[in-house]
Amino acid sequence: MAYTVRKFDAVIVGAGGAGLRAAIQLSESGYKTAVITKVFPTRSHTVAAQGGVAASLGNSEEDHWHWHMYDTVKGSDWLGDQDAIEFMCRKANECVIELEHYGMPFDRTDAGKIYQRPFGGHMSNFGEKPVRRSCAAADRTGHAMLHAMYQRNVKANTQFFVEWMALDLVRDSEGEVLGVTAMDMETGEIVVFQAKATIFATGGSGRIYYSSTNAFINTGDGLGMAARAGIPLEDMEFWQFHPTGVAGAGVLITEGVRGEGGILRNAQGERFMERYAPNAKDLASRDVVSRAMVTEINEGRGCGPNKDFVLLDITHLDPATIMKRLPGIREIAIQFAGVDCIKEPIPVVPTCHYQMGGIPTNYSGQVVVPGKRSQNEIVPGFYAAGECACASVHGANRLGTNSLLDLLVFGKSAGETAVETLKQSPKAHKDLPQGEIDRALARVNRLNTQTGGTNVHETRLDMQRTMQKHAGVFRFADLLQQGVDKIKQVEEQVRQTEIKDKSMVFNTARIEALELDNLIEVAVSTMVSAEARKESRGAHVRSDCADSAEFPDGRNDKDWLKHSLWYKEGNRLDYKSVKLTPLTVETIALKKRAY
Amino acid sequence: MDDARQVRMGKLRWHCRRALLELDIVFQRFWSEVGDNLDDATLDVMENLLAEEDHDLWELVSGRRQSEDPQTQALLTRLRAA
Repeated sequence: MAYTVRKFDAVIVGAGGAGLRAAIQLSESGYKTAVITKVFPTRSHTVAAQGGVAASLGNSEEDHWHWHMYDTVKGSDWLGDQDAIEFMCRKANECVIELEHYGMPFDRTDAGKIYQRPFGGHMSNFGEKPVRRSCAAADRTGHAMLHAMYQRNVKANTQFFVEWMALDLVRDSEGEVLGVTAMDMETGEIVVFQAKATIFATGGSGRIYYSSTNAFINTGDGLGMAARAGIPLEDMEFWQFHPTGVAGAGVLITEGVRGEGGILRNAQGERFMERYAPNAKDLASRDVVSRAMVTEINEGRGCGPNKDFVLLDITHLDPATIMKRLPGIREIAIQFAGVDCIKEPIPVVPTCHYQMGGIPTNYSGQVVVPGKRSQNEIVPGFYAAGECACASVHGANRLGTNSLLDLLVFGKSAGETAVETLKQSPKAHKDLPQGEIDRALARVNRLNTQTGGTNVHETRLDMQRTMQKHAGVFRFADLLQQGVDKIKQVEEQVRQTEIKDKSMVFNTARIEALELDNLIEVAVSTMVSAEARKESRGAHVRSDCADSAEFPDGRNDKDWLKHSLWYKEGNRLDYKSVKLTPLTVETIALKKRAY
Repeated sequence: MDDARQVRMGKLRWHCRRALLELDIVFQRFWSEVGDNLDDATLDVMENLLAEEDHDLWELVSGRRQSEDPQTQALLTRLRAA
């Protein structure tokens, strides 16, 4: 199979927030930078982020990065690395103000400063009371952010390769990353993007679940490529779920619906939250509500022919209130649930929302793996940032508005580190190892020649249903054990996917097959890591690791205060220590996470 | 289907991959229903519609905002009904 080679100083895969921020750093430093992206940059999933970006600017009331750091460590259930968390919280103000200077239209106070609003989990004075820390641009924060950064990149001459699908990393025998192979969707042409710095900013992988709020583009391409190149995936058992996604579609029904009086009911019409949270009822925290919903479904009290969802009922509310206070909800219910929520309840299930784990990095954005000298040896030439990376700042659970901050801070940091490394690197590129290029070509070739294989759509559905049932928001030892076997069977199916249409030009079926190769790596890593972690922590909650005097909330710091590392080769797990020592301040000591 | 049309259709289908899940689902349902049976005039309207930003597109598709162009409005009605 023919291919060409193009040389750059840096190649970035993904043009969402993290990729665009990294690219600014490189292009403005004068380095020849390519950005490869499946979709036009301003159509990346960062667009969906509405809540805002956290920074302790203190524009509305007193705030401090140290308080933000405390909230983030606590939110992470102490699994986050405290050096990276300190780094992120200290850099937040600088990154937000830079964005303001790029032209980001933040909401303003009367005095002209960036307006800040409160957001769940963000508190002042080490957990004392809520603080206004989130900076937003109406309900289009992610969208405005992408536009500001895309324009800046255009000005800095970043070269965009739009509608290109990255195939595989090129990594030599010494472990150095030398670029990435990619396919132009419009022509089918394959190009090796040879680079001295390769940055992955490919976003999340939420499409491994049947019910997911993630757009279809979130297929974990960076994670799949990293895993195939021998890089472990970190903390993949930790996924944040939202309690109320429309059953069968995943589209989010905002928490505001329950705030306005929405009630969750089971098949008997019972308001079941009264049993699980007698005081807060339907307004209990996300994890409590999600677990209650799963318990109802698992115990046979779910609704519908398969008894696999519960109902969110707002039929008792005044229709005028629904239209005024919950704009858009009626359209969503009609469009995606086929019900008019004024007259009928909405079918809902806990829905996958955000991936806390990913490609292991340090706070400089460098990819790190265990080696002979340390647990965190740098992989030369390879960087990652944003949802695809695990720095790890979110640990076992992410705070709202920290995701946009993560991609700004670590996008910039990865770019800065790459610039510094490029300054020291020799002028010439290293030779490309042919075997690595062949590895990428073989995946494309297999799809061209496979006959009698499996159907991509059906196999993806098998994977998604397996993940939803066996490694969902509430986990059970027996289901996890069965899930490991089942997902390995699905993996075998993925190895034999067949596409009927072999054409090379804008062949969506081919792209979906290549994406499934990536999704399955994420799915297997999630299932195996989740089955192995015998505790409850943050978003990973097991029925057999419940609250006890010895292990409050099921968290077992004695045995499990460590990061999981899943390797594709041998489907094996390794572990590394959590960094409990921050950069300049005292360790935020372990304690029970209570709000 | 001739090559040029096949390329055009493939490109349009890919441009229906959006930043918002809501739009992905609406377009997926639409394509499952219409297959390749769209006339050239509708393809023109579709191309223009897909050039919208995602939030604006969702406002149109969800019916919160109307298009002033009757052909676009007709396509939006089909999208919603799919």
